[in-house]
Amino acid sequence: MTEQAELNTNEVMLHGLLLQSLKGNTQTYQQFLKELARLLRGYFRRRLTALPDEVEDLVQESLLAIHNKRHTYDVTQPVTAWIYAIAKYKLIDLMRRRERQDQWNDPFDETCEFATPSDDEATDALRDVHLLLKQLPDRMRLPIIHTKLEGLSVAEAAERTGLTESAVKVGVHRGLKALHNLLRGTP
Amino acid sequence: MKTDELVSMLAQGDIAVPSHTASKRIGLALTSGIMLSFSLMLLVLGIRPDLMRAMELPMFWVKLLFALSFGLIGLIAVSRLSRPGVPLKKLPWAFSIPISLIWLWSLVLLVQAHPAQRLSLVLGDTWAVCPALIALLAAPIFAVAMGAVRSLAPTQLPQAGAAVGLMAGGWGAVVYCLHCPEMSAPFIGTWYLLGIMIPTLLGALLGKTLLRW
Repeated sequence: MTEQAELNTNEVMLHGLLLQSLKGNTQTYQQFLKELARLLRGYFRRRLTALPDEVEDLVQESLLAIHNKRHTYDVTQPVTAWIYAIAKYKLIDLMRRRERQDQWNDPFDETCEFATPSDDEATDALRDVHLLLKQLPDRMRLPIIHTKLEGLSVAEAAERTGLTESAVKVGVHRGLKALHNLLRGTP
Repeated sequence: MKTDELVSMLAQGDIAVPSHTASKRIGLALTSGIMLSFSLMLLVLGIRPDLMRAMELPMFWVKLLFALSFGLIGLIAVSRLSRPGVPLKKLPWAFSIPISLIWLWSLVLLVQAHPAQRLSLVLGDTWAVCPALIALLAAPIFAVAMGAVRSLAPTQLPQAGAAVGLMAGGWGAVVYCLHCPEMSAPFIGTWYLLGIMIPTLLGALLGKTLLRW
């Protein structure tokens, strides 16, 4: 399959999935995010050949970013253009951060060349979202744990935590934003 | 955490997004910014006392339209640049239309005018304060709109910042029209434009820091 044809199939599939997801369908959204992760992994792996360890971190950071910014998708526009624009932004952001770090630390590029991982391993990131989650205050952490990990409804989570339903929703929203910033390395 | 786990986590729970969230957020920011700017104008400057009579003159509307055109171009640019992957297309060219029209008209007026009057056509009575006052009235719109755009997803930060500045400058100038007594095209093509360019330039410079996400 040519690159263009592959882009077109991806476009049609992802567009369909995302449209359903934005209406609240969690099943299509799970599928969308899985395909998205695959796409992002390929994109970053091709561009970060010297930094293979960073790939999965950046995939997860971008997944969180795209989730948090899903309201910026304009349904009349190609979804792949939207995704790749965010991916590119994340890549440039990472490069800029590393550049700043490298002013203080000697980069160790040579060691990385032999460590190129294959396609099916290394889906574990260096920074662990579970650990980062622990750094969040209760009003963000608990809503995320109850609604996003334990699968409780907003009402049930509100009952468990003693928060109001809107506080649970706000907590999830702010928590995922904070998580994205932690993953990005900016507290 | 494995990426698959993160995917499951994100997909869990309430994920629906109301349609047009981004447009609504920009619209709300702009409206509230304009209201703040209008209040600021009433408070600090006041409406020109002869507004009713001025509104009968075509020049008043030309001035308003000139300012408005930048406000609208800025608004379209902001809504495109706040969404990743949406191209600006030919929008930057639209920017040159109001400028060339008012400059062409100014040129005709200045050529026709008596040489002794030319300078006063350009300077009017308020050239020294006009750009600063437009920038002042743009400030509340600038601040509110920067916040809104940051909550969306700009990926070209200097451009997005400039678009916010252009929108703020344009609408700030629209508000300023209600106060400003000047009625000559060369004045508007110079000092209004300069006033609108101040927040635009500021936005381009501050975009990288203010809009990062």
